[in-house]
Formats: sequence, C-alpha cells, structure tokens
Amino acid sequence: MLNEVIQTIPQVLIDGLALGTVYAVIALGYTMVYGILELINFAHGEIFMTGAFIGTALLIFMTGTGWGSALPAIVMLIIVLIVTAFLTGFLGMGIERLAYRPLRNAPRLIPLITAIGISFLLQDIVRFIAELTKGNYIVTGPSLFTEQVLIKTSSISSIFNDASIKTSFIIVLVTAVVMMVALDIFVNRTRWGMAMRAVAQDRETASLMTVNVNKVISITFFVGSALGGATGVLFAVQYGTIDPYIGFILGLKAFTAAVLGGIGNIRGAMIGGLLLGVLEMFASANLTLLTGGVFGAEYKDVFAFAILIIVLLFKPEGLLGKPVTEKV
Amino acid sequence: MKFKKSLALLLAGGLVAGMLAGCGGKAKTGGEKGLPIIKIATQTPLSGGSAAIGEVIKLGAQLALDDQKDKFKELGFELQLVPYDDQADPKKGVANAQLIGADKSIFAVVGHFNSGVAIPSSEVYEKYSIAMVSPANSATEVTDRGLKTVNRIVARDDSQGPAGANYAVNTLKAKKIFIVQDKTAYGTGLAKAFEKGAEEAGAEILGFEGITLGEKDFNGVLNQILSKKPDLVYFGGIYAEGGLLIKQAREKGINIPIMGGDGLDSSTLVEIAGDAIKNTYITTLAGDPAESEAGKEFMERYKSINNRDAEAYSVYGYDTMGVVLKGIENAITANNNKLPTREQVRDAVRRIKDYQGVLTTVSFDDIGDNEYAKVFIFNYKEASYPPQLEGEVEK
Repeated sequence: MLNEVIQTIPQVLIDGLALGTVYAVIALGYTMVYGILELINFAHGEIFMTGAFIGTALLIFMTGTGWGSALPAIVMLIIVLIVTAFLTGFLGMGIERLAYRPLRNAPRLIPLITAIGISFLLQDIVRFIAELTKGNYIVTGPSLFTEQVLIKTSSISSIFNDASIKTSFIIVLVTAVVMMVALDIFVNRTRWGMAMRAVAQDRETASLMTVNVNKVISITFFVGSALGGATGVLFAVQYGTIDPYIGFILGLKAFTAAVLGGIGNIRGAMIGGLLLGVLEMFASANLTLLTGGVFGAEYKDVFAFAILIIVLLFKPEGLLGKPVTEKV
Repeated sequence: MKFKKSLALLLAGGLVAGMLAGCGGKAKTGGEKGLPIIKIATQTPLSGGSAAIGEVIKLGAQLALDDQKDKFKELGFELQLVPYDDQADPKKGVANAQLIGADKSIFAVVGHFNSGVAIPSSEVYEKYSIAMVSPANSATEVTDRGLKTVNRIVARDDSQGPAGANYAVNTLKAKKIFIVQDKTAYGTGLAKAFEKGAEEAGAEILGFEGITLGEKDFNGVLNQILSKKPDLVYFGGIYAEGGLLIKQAREKGINIPIMGGDGLDSSTLVEIAGDAIKNTYITTLAGDPAESEAGKEFMERYKSINNRDAEAYSVYGYDTMGVVLKGIENAITANNNKLPTREQVRDAVRRIKDYQGVLTTVSFDDIGDNEYAKVFIFNYKEASYPPQLEGEVEK
C-alpha cells in the first residue's frame, strides 16, 4: 500500500504544485487587502474569474486575427498577461472606490456584505457578456503549450513512477514565481511598499506622517487585483475551459490558504497556497488507498480542511503569522 | 414643499393609471379576436449550470407551439407559451409550480430537465391536476410514485446504466472498469446503475470515486486511474466536468475509452474537450435527429429560426410539446370543442397512444412511462457534435 503511494508521489507533487501556485497567487490578493484594511475582499475570486475571461477573450481575438501565428505563443501570453493585469487592476481599484471606501468607517460586517454583492454582480455581468458574444457561458480558449514533457523520476529511484507535465504548467509556475518575487521586492524594498506597510501597521499615524492613505489603499487593490487577474489568465491557459463560477470555489480555497499561512502575511499566503494544493491532490489520489476504500477521493476537501483545523488549533495565527507583526 | 406635493400627486396618478391598465389587461383575457387562451408552461433551467440544455428544450417547445398555433385558432383557441426558469433548483421549481397552479389558463407543463427538480414540483402539479410531460427526466422515482399528472417521453435511468454497461463489456470488451461520479443524485444514480450492470456482465470494478461539481482540476482522481490501468473509465455526471475530465485524462496519456450518460450529450462537451474527445462513448435517451428525414428537416427549420444548430434536446422539447398539444386537442374534441378542464387534459395526455413525433413514438403506460422509449449509444469519433450513432437498445 505504502509502495503504491510512493510510486505516484512525483506526479501528485507536480499536479499539486500546479494547483497550489494558482491558490497561492490568489491568496496574495486576499492577504494584502486584509493586511491593510482588515477587510475580507470576497470579490477577489471574481476578479480572478474576470481576469480569466479577459485573458481568454484576448487570446481568442489575437489568434483569430492572425497575430497569433505571427508572434511566438510565449510573447502573446506575456502581452495578454500584462494587458489583463492592468485591466483587472483598475477593476479592483474601481471596486474599492465604489463599494469599500464609502463604508470604511462602517461596522466590519457591512463591507463584507457589499463584497459578496460585488461578486454576484461580477459573476452575472461576465455570464451575460459571454452568453451574448458566444451563445454559451462556458468558454474554451485556444489551447497553447499542450506538449507533454516526461520526467524520468524513475531514474532517481526505482520506487517512483515516471511523471508527465504539460508545458503550460512550467509557464504557470515560472510566471507565478516571478510575480511573487516581484511583489515581495515591491513591498519590502520600494517607497510605496514601505508606505503600504506603514498604513497596515497604523493607518492614523501613517496619515500623520504624510502618507496618502487613500492612494496607498488604491495601490494595494490595484496590485492585488492585477495579480489575481493575471492568475486568471494562467488558470485559463492551464485548464483551457472557464465559466463565470470558477471564482467561487477557487476563491474560497485561496482564502483558506491565506488563513493557513497566516492572513496578512505575504510569504505565508504563498506557502499556504502551495501546501493546500499539494494536500488536496495527495488526498484525492491516495485517500481510497489509505482508508481501504472507506473514504473516496470525494473526501479530499474534508482531509485538507481537517489539516487546516488542526494547524489552526495549535497555531491560530497561521503558519507564518505572528500574533503582532507587520501585516502587508 | 410644493414640489413634494406635486410629486406625491404624480406618483398617485401613476398608481391609479397602472391599476387601470392592469384592469384593462384583465378584461382582455380573451386574447385577440376574443379567443379563449390556452397557456402551456415550460419549466427548465434558463440560468445556472445547465442553462445551455434548458434553453434548447424551451426553443424546441416554442417551435412546436408556433407550428400548431393556426390549427388551434381554427378550433377556437389561442395558444401561448409561458417559459419559467427553474434554475435547476428544487425550491425554485416548486415556487414556479405554485405560480403555474395559480394561473388558471395554464393547462400543461413541459419540463423539467433535472429529476431532482421534477420530483417535488410534480407534487404541486398533482394538487392542481396540471399535466406534466418531461423531455428529459430519467430518475426512476419520477414516475414510480404513480402520480396521475406525471409523464415522460424518455427512458428510465435503470435502463440507461445497464444498457451502457452491456455495451461496454460486450462490445467494447472492457474487463476492468474505473467509475467516477459527480456526487449528484443524477451522477451517482447513473454510476451505481452502471456499476451493477457491469458487475452482472462480468467486469471488475477497480474504483468508484467522486469529484466535486464546479472544480476544474481532476488530476488527483486521474492519477488513481493511471496507476490502476483500467480498460474503460465510466463517468456519471454532466458535460462541464466531463469535458475537463476527458481532456485532462488524455493529457495524462489515458487513451482508453471513456463512457458516460446523457449528461455528456452536449456540444459544449466537444468545445471543452476538443480533440481529446475521440474514443468517448455516451448512452443517451435522446436519439440523433439527423438519422431520419423528418429529423433532418426539423434541424434545418430549427436552425433557420433560432440561428443555431439543433441539439438532441431541441427535438425532445419539440416532441414533448407535440404530445402535450395532442392531449389538449383530444380533450377539446372530447369536450365538444369547448375549453376542457385541467382534469380532462391530464387524462387525455395519459391516454395518448402511438403519437408519432419527429424522433420519438409515444405511448404512455399506466404510470406515465413511454412504452417506446429507447437508449441510444453514441461515439464521438471526431471532435464534432453530434456524435455518431453506434446502436440502440429498446427499453
């Protein structure tokens, strides 16, 4: 039994990492906004979904007009990523301006409810537009980077099976890592990053120190949403098919990842996302085997969330969260 | 202050005008030329996950109704379609059923798509004696309750699972089968029926695993399939997950036949899976309209009117409406060309024998199952919809 589990480990790790990077980058958006405003921006999952749709629309448009054949696929993807990131970034800023800023001094629960309202709004707007233009809201983009690469993990040790990965997975992984490193540098090394950390620590004091709080919050939303939107594009490239409801489950899982890593902590969100992805994949591949068929793969979320509960019981502030810490 | 007063006056005026207009509308229930109106409701999901199929059923029913409008005008009645959106949600379906019951001019319902919605909603129809004919519900419980109002033109689930299992084991020669299902009443029911049929036919079941509706990454379950090496994968579920499962399976190099039920009978499945769809088999309760002359003609007409290709369920929507209208017509004739009661329509629909639709022949038995219902087996040989017919099994 253990043998079988070990055999599939390389493939499980790869698939888990692919899912985990998506969770991780979305989790960043939750954690940044929470760090600075102590607001759970439930609309973030829908920003991710909107990004996936904008990206797919751009990809369909570019391959349709023939630019696709003129440009190498990777250049096209980078252009799409950047354009989508800007559009969703502005979308996030707009949402903050309209739905959260007027309520900044209202009780905590109120902006939470508007966030849920915004996510329904975005879901149905996207569904409406997709149905209007394609006649169906389940949209499949052009397939890029579908080549398979076989990794001879069996040559490391004979107890492993070979694993195969899609080229798109490598692209998703590299892009996500680049985004996360860039964000880390932005927050820790730049003036705006310093301002963000200052606002997160103490909004009133920061404003006394001539930090323009509204602008910093706007930038936080811009960066978080741009990352979310770009992840949407990566998701669309990796899985091919999207619908307006992908943001809900993924958003929920990413939020969980943010809590697991310690909400408000950027590196924690990354680790939480990767961990959740791998755990989930491990559970769905091996749960039947481990429990002798009593619990099937359908209990993977129960398994992943049970681990979350255990972690939080012993470390309520999350893996990397410290009870009192800089947040952003 | 003055402004406020005049505003109030304006609003009150508007209210009165609205009430008058409402009354005016009511006075006109006779319809144009004063003909009495017969309304038929459709209840299908027009929004949410299954909206693609719900819309198609509604369009088919609409076409059938439009075709017979003139005939009913000669009989002295005005036909109207009232589409309701059940959102694939039992609560919404029951709420709509109450509205339908309250509208005295509605005589019959075409619907639902989801068995889980049809079952509670039909309890309400039974109370109001509104005949329901379903174009798609295959769950056994739909008719097994013995309600007077409930009929269906498609086969039952307990015929779809075994038919697929027989085909998989005897024709595709599958000895080791892995089953995946989506944890819904439909998906699990179908998968269980298939499992039973396959075991009886002598195949070994390597696994029975569930996935979560709405997720996009099924690599975990696929890794299990990869390590167990079955000859065939059976999927009990709907096209949105099915398409991704097929696509991701092929990407992992799982090139064995994949089989599913009528939930995979949708052009969207092909769109999602693309080339990966090859070697996918489905059992469905809806046949291929392109197989017959009448069907081909229907498809062309449907396309020219609705500006999109007909799907199997468009024809079923059309035939269901045809059966309903035939029942109403019989009830009218039996009632000396006067407006029949709901009870008369209900009984006339149940009594229909050998109705020849575009794709189906319909005779209801005493619980409302269609005696001529068939299970069809299709194969996606190319990445195009519809798939090719491989065989059919009588109920």
